[in-house]
Amino acid sequence: MKIVVCVKQVPDTAAKVVVEDGQITWGDSPLVINPWDEYAVETALIQQEAHGGEVTVISVGGEDAKEALKHALAMGCGNAILVSEPGIEKSDSLLTSRILAAAIQKIGDVDAAFFGRQAIDGDVGVTAAQTARVLGWPSLTLVSAITELDPGNNTVRVERSIEEGRQVVEGKLPAVISVVKDIGEPRYPSFMGIRRASRAEIPIWSTSDIGAELSEPVVTWPEITNPPQQEVVTELVTGGSPEEIAGKLADKILEEKVL
Amino acid sequence: MADKVWVYIDQYKGEAIGASWEVVGAARVLADQLGGGVTAVVAGSAVQQVAEQAQHYGADQVYMCNDGTLDEFRAEPYASLLSGLAREHQPEVILFPTTSRGRELAAMVAVDLGTGVMPDVTALEIQDGNIVVTRPVYGGKLISKAVCSSRPQLITTRIRAFTLPEPDPAKAGNVEQVNASVSEDQILTKVSGYSESSAGVTLNDAAVIVSGGRGVSNNPSLVPPDGMDEKEAEVWKAQQGFKLIGDLAGVLGGAVGASRAAVDAGYVPYDHQVGQTGKVVSPDLYIACGISGAIQHQAGMRTSKVIVAINKDSEAPIFKMARFGVVGDLFEIVPPLTAALKNRLNT
Repeated sequence: MKIVVCVKQVPDTAAKVVVEDGQITWGDSPLVINPWDEYAVETALIQQEAHGGEVTVISVGGEDAKEALKHALAMGCGNAILVSEPGIEKSDSLLTSRILAAAIQKIGDVDAAFFGRQAIDGDVGVTAAQTARVLGWPSLTLVSAITELDPGNNTVRVERSIEEGRQVVEGKLPAVISVVKDIGEPRYPSFMGIRRASRAEIPIWSTSDIGAELSEPVVTWPEITNPPQQEVVTELVTGGSPEEIAGKLADKILEEKVL
Repeated sequence: MADKVWVYIDQYKGEAIGASWEVVGAARVLADQLGGGVTAVVAGSAVQQVAEQAQHYGADQVYMCNDGTLDEFRAEPYASLLSGLAREHQPEVILFPTTSRGRELAAMVAVDLGTGVMPDVTALEIQDGNIVVTRPVYGGKLISKAVCSSRPQLITTRIRAFTLPEPDPAKAGNVEQVNASVSEDQILTKVSGYSESSAGVTLNDAAVIVSGGRGVSNNPSLVPPDGMDEKEAEVWKAQQGFKLIGDLAGVLGGAVGASRAAVDAGYVPYDHQVGQTGKVVSPDLYIACGISGAIQHQAGMRTSKVIVAINKDSEAPIFKMARFGVVGDLFEIVPPLTAALKNRLNT
């Protein structure tokens, strides 16, 4: 089975991200693989363990995006490819999904492409569905469980986690599958994996290598700012028995007229 | 002449998602500035009633498609329908509510029409004929403006960020029936079943959320049943604790949330997680019980109108963002708080 996982590199979730002089900064915090994408890597590796074959991890971004790819290699992916060239990090979701689709086609004969549900930097969350649409493949998004995957018959059945509950969806391979946290905890990189990843030479493809085009993005971000400081004056409710405190708190909540 | 401003009305099993009407309200504000009326697209297998409601909430024109292929939601046939209508009538903007369906649909229509999508926006303004959207990014740690140079501009609006208009049953627009644009054999997926969520009220559109954290498992007065190992006992204790959280949420008609720590420890399913890698919520009232308030959790709930924190640790970061705080044991405070609110609200 030929599997692709698409990952992005982002600032760590614990980072204090702020805008200084119009630039986004995250201090000393490391850049990491997007946490949602670790679930996608885990899912891909589980499918590879079940069906054999190879897992290739792809990222679109600047040259420093190699760290995210190395993490995926250390977890157990066999190959990594970085699609990179000057200006590519300004891509909007449409451009990124076209580039990913072209890379997946360049790899060839791919049975499934796995994604995390969204990247925690831009919080856009449309790349999986867009890549599926560009490829003309079924889009199985927000998947919480893969209940059946048969590369021989090219069938897949998944459970999707939507607002109202779980939806069971069947499709044909090749398919795009984006996963949510319920799919299973991502494994830690092994010692051997980390060693192998640190020595790996990651090929860099340009958009012209894959028959794509780095056009101007249609969505641009003219301004980014820190959120307005919330002026919250915290009032501690104290004194008396828990019942008395609870009663006072109930009155104060009702005075806010939000119920 | 066709309307410049369109909305997609999200529905589930023939019932409109409430946030769709917030989107109709936002569309009206845009239409008042751009000129023309508001066109709604309503699709499903039996959505006459949704089309009626769309008019009551302010749609001037409704494209309604009832078709068997649209019975269970699948993004592909819905996207093809919407893309076809948009190609024919050339709207300037299509607004969607930020539901799982709305987001995926906007994503696919963007590919079909070669245009941009700006999801989960909290404000809209018009500058030089372009819509400038406001979007929280980095889990709400930063606020970004975004614009789209191509047409139509596809935008999904954050639930509860726009005012819900008052419906007026006397309002009527023009309804045009349209045909589905793909047939069943062209659709790549089949829905073979579903199960309703146990969560009751969904987090995204809840007006009140009561959340529990790791502290919910720490009730010292509970004695777990015999035969449990340490981890089982911890989860059992946490589940007793989450019953108290659920009781308080129940009295307030709210939903139950949880911190990542509580989800990772196996106390409650992931569906309940609030935070940067969970759900981003914006209720009128958020009561955090036994949650310290890590930066990732704050990212998911910082825009709540009124935040109440109950925590044993007076140094917990959650207190800095809370309007009201109680430094104390949640097991002592939450049950009487539930009783007091029940009593005062007569529920």
